[in-house]
Amino acid sequence: MKKVFLPLIWVALLSCIPYVGVAYFGMSYIFGVVIPYLAALLFIGGFSWRIYDWLSRPVPFCITTTCGQEKSLDWIAHQKLESPATKWQAALRVMTEVLFFRSLFRNTKAELHTGPQLAYASSKWLWMGGLAFHWSLLVIGLRHARFFFMEPPLFIRLVERTDRFFELTLPAFYMTDALVLTAITFLVFRRLRDAKLRIISLQTDFFPLFLIGAIALVGMSMRYVEKVDVMAVKAQMMNLLSFSFAAPVEIGPFFYVHLFLASVLAVYFPFSKLMHAGAIFLSPTRNLANNSREKRHVNPWNKPIKFRTYAEYEDEYREKMKKAGLPVEKD
Amino acid sequence: MSKYAPKKNQLTREFLEKPSPLKGDYADREWWEMPVEFRDGNWCHSAKPEVLKEIGFANPRKWAAPDEDWQLPEGWEKTIHDGLKERLKKFRSLKLYLDACVRCGACADKCHFFLGTGDPKNMPVIRAELLRSVYRNDFPMVEKILKGFSGSRKLTKEVIKEWHMYFYQCTECRRCSVFCPLGIDTAEITMVARELLNLIGVNNNWILAPVANCNRTGNHLGIEPHTFVQNIESLVDDIEDLTGVKVNPTFNRKGAEVLFITPSGDVFGDPGVYTMMGYMLLFEHIGLDYTISTYASEGGNFGLFTTNDMMKKLNAKMYHEAERLKVKWMLGGECGHMWRVVHQYMNTMNGPADFLEEPVSPVTGTKFTNARATKMVHIAEFTADLIHNGKLKLDPRRNDHLRTTFHDSCNVARGMGMFEEPRYILNSVCNSFNEMPEDTIRERTFCCGSGSGINAEEFMEMRMRGGFPRANAVRSVRKSHRVNSLVTICAIDRATLPSLMRYWNPGVTVYGLHELVGNALVMQGEKKRTEDLRENPMAGTEEGDDAE
Ligand code: HEM
Ligand code: SF4
Ligand code: SF4
Repeated sequence: MKKVFLPLIWVALLSCIPYVGVAYFGMSYIFGVVIPYLAALLFIGGFSWRIYDWLSRPVPFCITTTCGQEKSLDWIAHQKLESPATKWQAALRVMTEVLFFRSLFRNTKAELHTGPQLAYASSKWLWMGGLAFHWSLLVIGLRHARFFFMEPPLFIRLVERTDRFFELTLPAFYMTDALVLTAITFLVFRRLRDAKLRIISLQTDFFPLFLIGAIALVGMSMRYVEKVDVMAVKAQMMNLLSFSFAAPVEIGPFFYVHLFLASVLAVYFPFSKLMHAGAIFLSPTRNLANNSREKRHVNPWNKPIKFRTYAEYEDEYREKMKKAGLPVEKD
Repeated sequence: MSKYAPKKNQLTREFLEKPSPLKGDYADREWWEMPVEFRDGNWCHSAKPEVLKEIGFANPRKWAAPDEDWQLPEGWEKTIHDGLKERLKKFRSLKLYLDACVRCGACADKCHFFLGTGDPKNMPVIRAELLRSVYRNDFPMVEKILKGFSGSRKLTKEVIKEWHMYFYQCTECRRCSVFCPLGIDTAEITMVARELLNLIGVNNNWILAPVANCNRTGNHLGIEPHTFVQNIESLVDDIEDLTGVKVNPTFNRKGAEVLFITPSGDVFGDPGVYTMMGYMLLFEHIGLDYTISTYASEGGNFGLFTTNDMMKKLNAKMYHEAERLKVKWMLGGECGHMWRVVHQYMNTMNGPADFLEEPVSPVTGTKFTNARATKMVHIAEFTADLIHNGKLKLDPRRNDHLRTTFHDSCNVARGMGMFEEPRYILNSVCNSFNEMPEDTIRERTFCCGSGSGINAEEFMEMRMRGGFPRANAVRSVRKSHRVNSLVTICAIDRATLPSLMRYWNPGVTVYGLHELVGNALVMQGEKKRTEDLRENPMAGTEEGDDAE
């Protein structure tokens, strides 16, 4: 399976580069300062450009996918989220997609039995795995704030405290660390096991999973195994945040692997399917209100068109129309 | 049965024996390595040269899909590239949906064509990849560098053949978009792909011939005005024979309150004509001041399956005629894709319709505020309101010979969101209504398998496969509730489901909703009704057996 191994090799290679660079060639300035800055620049620039590029293309028609009863007669219950009638309802619909993967919750698995008989089994695994994956990523991302602020905001400290709820190990184990690894494992294995997914998947589908998995593994190893000096990391990150180009202090090479892979992810993000994070907000089948008969949706490139007018029609059929007793405009 | 479809037991055996990813069998190669094979039953006739000339479409010639050489025009690659570029600028949906798919596979087994063929390229995600792979090769800069990595490929003649095959094995039903976590609508991609193919003369006669007809005569079937009138008048006679009531439709009459437009299949096709009889009985019953146009005599719009411009051009007649006849508002008959166009496109393309008034039911006074701007009301909304206000005298027992189930047509379900009105009506006009399994109705409804202009006879095998999930759901209520009647609100369903039922579920008959309304309506001055609109005996009325 070339499409699985190649991305795996890519990620392994990418992990070696900073390790070798820092451990053997002392390139901590490049990996600790130059590359992170470049990556951040490309990420912010690329992401903004992609969003701008999408936004600059018109939405000519109101193409809501209606998944519930439209607003019609007063006595018929209107399903506000499934078939939003106002902008606000549509916004709420999008938020339920973003926060809870509402459409994915509908997922079923079709099975063909003898008969032939089709059956649709409920299948919430992807929904669960997807939510666990994304929410863990979010929490992990928030937790990282402690490296960027002297005193992290209260909200973030709360998130962190909750995440550490099971104080089983020292340093305290984060639930999301376990969750994200489990979820990634699940997401990779479903791509390999399910016959449909195996044929759908491309290298670019395995790559981000491996990459994020590697970032998480290296990160965890710094916390639980090959411990790095947290204060040094913090000093380095705050340095970067204050736009200082000062050379980093000595931190173990694992840290540079972690930081480099995260930089790769940041650069890869705007140019790949990871942009779905922005696209989900813009998807016209979800973010438009289903009110196209109530309120005219305007298409900026709509232009007049020549069509066959009634006059032309009557000219061709006048005699036949008269014979059939149809009224005509001209005799 | 059609010579273009295998015998049912042959197909059934294939379902069980042939390996497919649907059943968990791994494919032995990547999808782009799988050959495209045209054989009897899986391709539609190409558009006749004279049809193309009439509507000014590209590359008129004689050709057929199984031909080795499709005689593509000089520079066709550039035409496709430029065409795609232009459409990427015009449609955010296209660009976004080409960019954003995460290939999660949630849509994969939601498509009726995948369920009926097991062909991996019928998974919506791969259908979109057919275009996406070419787009990736040519457009976003970075992915261009990473070719094998992101699955891109060059545009070749083989790719065109593949597009032709699979973008006509998509009925633009939008079922995939209900399940996609990002809301990706493969129908949007199919529409653009079909536009592109039309630019180089790769097309379908079953779609373009009706388009040409509709442009010239006003309707898909190419019925000229006098024949159109004659046919409706013969239905008027049939109604009088059956009920003793004379209904009085008028044609092209200025100053009527309402312009009524329905698909021409209701005027000419069996069983659509019985639905037409139902409408006319209803209008007579409430004394509606309406007229029918011979010029705008088509509700349907095969332009939707062709190009944006063609859809607009054909649709323009509706408002044009409403303005000429100085009606107040428009009422539309039962049809799926017609309502996709009316609900989501018409006012944007050809509005604003300021010359019309906000629709108000003359019988109940109900304002149809949801149609305030477009000024066209769906007949099911109109009738549901009448029934709710007690304005119809109905005897549902007259449909006791029917045990019904209801098929939501894709466009009305997922492109409009009308689910309750038809059910309310059906429950009011018959006593036995049984829903199919919940994964096969409402927003999850399965296509008839022949929508979007692929209901050609020579395409029968694919139609029977694509319609299999729908037929299978009907079969389950046939077993559990002895259902014998499949009620629809779509003219294409009425044209295509009968053959699907004959194939998979013999003994199930297809009806239009307003045909059942017509059966149940107790008309003023009617004679004793013993037969339904199809002249089938009603239950309890055989042999002078007086109900009650
Ligand atoms: C607004 C925020 C986001 C939303 C609403 C969102 C939503 C989704 C959804 C619905 C899926 C498909 C289901 C699944 O596989 O889980 C998905 C897949 C994925 N998302 Fe996100 N996502 C967001 C942000 C991100 C970010 C920031 C990343 C990575 C840094 C990411 C990485 C991925 C990956 C790698 C997949 C594919 C999973 C697979 O291959 O099976 N997402 N996302
Ligand atoms: S459900 Fe949507 S995101 Fe997932 S594979 Fe299908 S089209 Fe792509
Ligand atoms: S729109 Fe319908 S037919 Fe087309 S890919 Fe999606 S589910 Fe299949």
